[in-house]
Amino acid sequence: MANADVIVIQGSNMAEAHPVGFQWVMEAKRRGAKVFHVDPRFTRTSAVADAYLPIRAGTDIALLGAVVNHILSNELDFREYVLAYTNAATIVSDDFVDAEDADGLFSGFDPATASYVQDSWQYAGHERDSGSGHTARERETAAGLRHESHGAPVSRQVQRDDTLQHPRCVYQILKRHFARYTPEMVERVCGIPREKFLELARAWTENSGRERTGCLIYSVGWTQHTVGVQYIRTGAIIQLLLGNVGRPGGGVMALRGHASIQGSTDIPTLFNLLPGYLPMPHHAQHPDFDAWVDSIRHPGQKGFWGGARAYAASLLKAYWGDAATPENDFGYGHLPRLTGDHGTYQQVLNMIDGKVKGYFLLGQNPAVGSAHGRAQRLGMANLDWLVVRDLFMIESATFWQRGPEVATGEIVPEQCATEVFFLPAASHVEKEGTFTQTQRLLQWREKAVDPPGDARSELWFFYHLGRRIREKLAGSTLPRDRALLDLTWDYPTHGRLAEPDAEAVLREINGYDTVSGRPLSTFTQARDDGTTAIGCWIYTGVYADGVNQAARRRPGHEQDWVAAEWGWAWPANRRMLYNRASADPQGRPWSERKRYVWWDADAGRWTGRDVPDFEVTKPPSYRPPEGATGPAALAGDDPFIMQSDGKGWLYAPSGVLDGPLPTHYEPAESPVRNPLYGQQANPTRKRYDHPVNSTNPSPPQQHDEVFPYVFTVSRLTEHHTAGGMSRTVAPLAELQPEMFVEVSPELATLAGLTHLGWAHLITARAAIEARVLVTDRLAPLTVDGRVIQQLWLPYHFGFEGLVTGDSANDLFGITLDPNVLIQESKIGTCDVRPGRRPTGAALRELVQDYRTRAGIVPGVLPPAVTPGVPVEPPGSTGDGEGNP
Amino acid sequence: MGLRDRLLGWPVYRQLTGTDPLGRGAAACSNRSAELTARTEGADRVARSVCPYCAVGCGQRVFVTDDQVTQIEGDPDSPISRGRLCPKGAASRSLVTSPLRQTTVRYRRPYGTEWEDLDLDTALDMIADRVLAARAETWEDVDAEGRPLNRTLGIASLGGATLDNEENYLIKKLFTAMGALQIENQARI
Ligand code: SF4
Repeated sequence: MANADVIVIQGSNMAEAHPVGFQWVMEAKRRGAKVFHVDPRFTRTSAVADAYLPIRAGTDIALLGAVVNHILSNELDFREYVLAYTNAATIVSDDFVDAEDADGLFSGFDPATASYVQDSWQYAGHERDSGSGHTARERETAAGLRHESHGAPVSRQVQRDDTLQHPRCVYQILKRHFARYTPEMVERVCGIPREKFLELARAWTENSGRERTGCLIYSVGWTQHTVGVQYIRTGAIIQLLLGNVGRPGGGVMALRGHASIQGSTDIPTLFNLLPGYLPMPHHAQHPDFDAWVDSIRHPGQKGFWGGARAYAASLLKAYWGDAATPENDFGYGHLPRLTGDHGTYQQVLNMIDGKVKGYFLLGQNPAVGSAHGRAQRLGMANLDWLVVRDLFMIESATFWQRGPEVATGEIVPEQCATEVFFLPAASHVEKEGTFTQTQRLLQWREKAVDPPGDARSELWFFYHLGRRIREKLAGSTLPRDRALLDLTWDYPTHGRLAEPDAEAVLREINGYDTVSGRPLSTFTQARDDGTTAIGCWIYTGVYADGVNQAARRRPGHEQDWVAAEWGWAWPANRRMLYNRASADPQGRPWSERKRYVWWDADAGRWTGRDVPDFEVTKPPSYRPPEGATGPAALAGDDPFIMQSDGKGWLYAPSGVLDGPLPTHYEPAESPVRNPLYGQQANPTRKRYDHPVNSTNPSPPQQHDEVFPYVFTVSRLTEHHTAGGMSRTVAPLAELQPEMFVEVSPELATLAGLTHLGWAHLITARAAIEARVLVTDRLAPLTVDGRVIQQLWLPYHFGFEGLVTGDSANDLFGITLDPNVLIQESKIGTCDVRPGRRPTGAALRELVQDYRTRAGIVPGVLPPAVTPGVPVEPPGSTGDGEGNP
Repeated sequence: MGLRDRLLGWPVYRQLTGTDPLGRGAAACSNRSAELTARTEGADRVARSVCPYCAVGCGQRVFVTDDQVTQIEGDPDSPISRGRLCPKGAASRSLVTSPLRQTTVRYRRPYGTEWEDLDLDTALDMIADRVLAARAETWEDVDAEGRPLNRTLGIASLGGATLDNEENYLIKKLFTAMGALQIENQARI
């Protein structure tokens, strides 16, 4: 980041939410980089940026799409890079119909499931055998997450037009798709003056190319939307067009919010994934081991997924040891099967419906931290039992006693049957282990002291829980108990508390040879014959040579700026992905200034500052022989090796469920009619028509005026997520003692709010109160001649801890991005009134009054497709079950 | 104390004559402050750790005296953070030593109005029993067409993103073997 010549920060308040990381933005600025900040609210990030662009929340694709248009209409793309390294020249099927030509829907929309059949999106000639076909099931299983480690499949060679003139080549399709995304449209949609837009577009393009690079930074301000994945795709398209991927000072930097949130996806505690982005099997799609493995590796195709069989076999071998053999498909039969959406929001609705018996909360506080807090608490009040493991007594442990629903009479302690176990947890200094930070870097923590009293690590809790469950089942002959009894569960323990050895677990994650017991050093050593066991193949190498590589701490000042000997980054300790793209097609650095990885012809290998992200002896001149598959099918100038065609995808024929190209849709709740298309919101967004859920009306629905304002939420520097680790800590609580809402002076006048007085905000879900902070940090925006008022709230507050307040997440309903099932909790509509909210039963009456006026019927949501938008029935709708 | 000693001990004199003309360092020292030592100096040991809040992953040094954490500071060796911590990272010692931390198991029985005490070992045993009961009650062997399901939808879990990789690994491994699919994390949110 420090090497960037321009930095664009959007969907992130980095200076306040990732303060120490922000020093590298300032370092780049000191070296001459221009810094832009795009955000609904002027923050400390804006204060030190060269330019600040206020934006209407939820319109980022309109802005970024206009940057794409600016690049293409003025031919400012880095042509050599684009031609060689992206799919710009690839020809797309004749059947494809763009959303531009169909009022906001792409071809292949199936109204019955509100999802796409992707056949018509494929490359020319691939219509029948590439892509996912019908994608309804992919949405239910958040299948897009798989692509965190690899791209979607492409069946074979593609047709190209290297002149980029063919009307159906990606370059021309992209150009047409974004042609209406003009500076004038940015002004109309986003409320950003065109001069401001042009300043951004010019700086971005002028500071990209052979000699210069630009970096794009985002955070959950982009992901927590019903079109979140497409926001990021638009950013990636810009960065690919400008040649800013795989090069120093370039890239798309996802600032993740928590110490090991990256690790929690790599070694997932997510319903749809197994370690290393292997999919959890689906009951219909993956009847046996071969079908499961082939759905990952796509036999006969290009790229690096040929190894999937070995990764999958090695994972099962790590799980079931001697009981996993080639003859029994390594115990594949033991794995549980998905039948649809089993995500956290579906779970909560199932709790309300009485379908879930028991719930574990492990350092997580959904009563405050998840969307629709009331649904969360009502769900927990309807369990048989709940286990809360935390450092502090959090809201999710005491909802039955002190929650807002106790005050409204909706939860009565004497009638609430949920049995609650609160088990104190060990803190980060009371246990050892690795966190994976936001750049895929694993860092080992040494233990400083023992945890106090009954406090224990999760490692301890789950190891001993598993041990006890296995003891209780010993001798069972039930088939369902085999998977537990066959499990390898023999970790060494040490000390007074019998703490399991975290290094032994890390060693299993790394993988070992089951014959010699020796740790593996790279995932290319994985085998599919049962002679290797690997807990998470992308982490292989973290314990290479039997050494904990994540514990390496060679001081930064003793190393170059890549600092390869501090911790360990997956994969293979590579610090920058796709770094082959830092050299030109012939393998020479694009420029001296941006030299990073290059081909050393004399030595016959790739070399440079980082571990090359390429087969190390494959020359730039290599061309695959006819009929080649796997890595051998990738040419010496195909840098995007985890993509099946080796190219960066400007256009995504599959892998993204809501369109091959990003398209501006309004958020699920918006006061504005979509100025670009008849289709108002993302037609494929994940909706839950459960009686507890509701969506405020948006145009063209009636009654949208009942909730006339836009609100958005984010972090304070001094607090952390749901507050469990900050409202409980005296110095932090003292620095930010109270829940507040920021409003513009104009809105304060309009709504009768006074600075430091009280206000309450109302949505169809809840009403919450906050102190008023009148500030011009939030400027009203003029959009299509109309003034839009935006409010901002921190989301950290709840009713426990040293400092308390109402929870902003109570205001949200549940609507999710279709690709990854992340909720839209960065934007909603509301009303605001002066004074404190009512208490007791009167609180629900107030909300009900608003619901009645807004015409909300429980369990009935706005339609997926906006009335009046023509829906062309797709050629073959299938049954929503995907291509075989 | 003679006049000479008084003069030499006078900060203004030291500031005017010594090497600290701005009076921000040695000249401003009193006898008391000269005798103070940082609590980090006498630490029995230092553990090298990582901040538990955001994903920047700043390096921390955890100072321990008499088995108590006495200070947590930024690790200057870290090429990521270069010794810096933000207000949250800098408050880590207050986090781990907070008097609000719960250190005993608490139990709320169904329809109960107050917390009760419970022994850790008993709690673990009760939880194991409940897991097995919920699993037995909601187990699904096969779907309507006889295809395997091997699962329970009666158990759910939601984890935070301050869990270690090793912890997530054991959580996923145990729950998967149990047939519990509905395992989620802050990473979804
Ligand atoms: S010190 Fe601050 S910036 Fe660094 S990891 Fe901790 S919370 Fe993030």
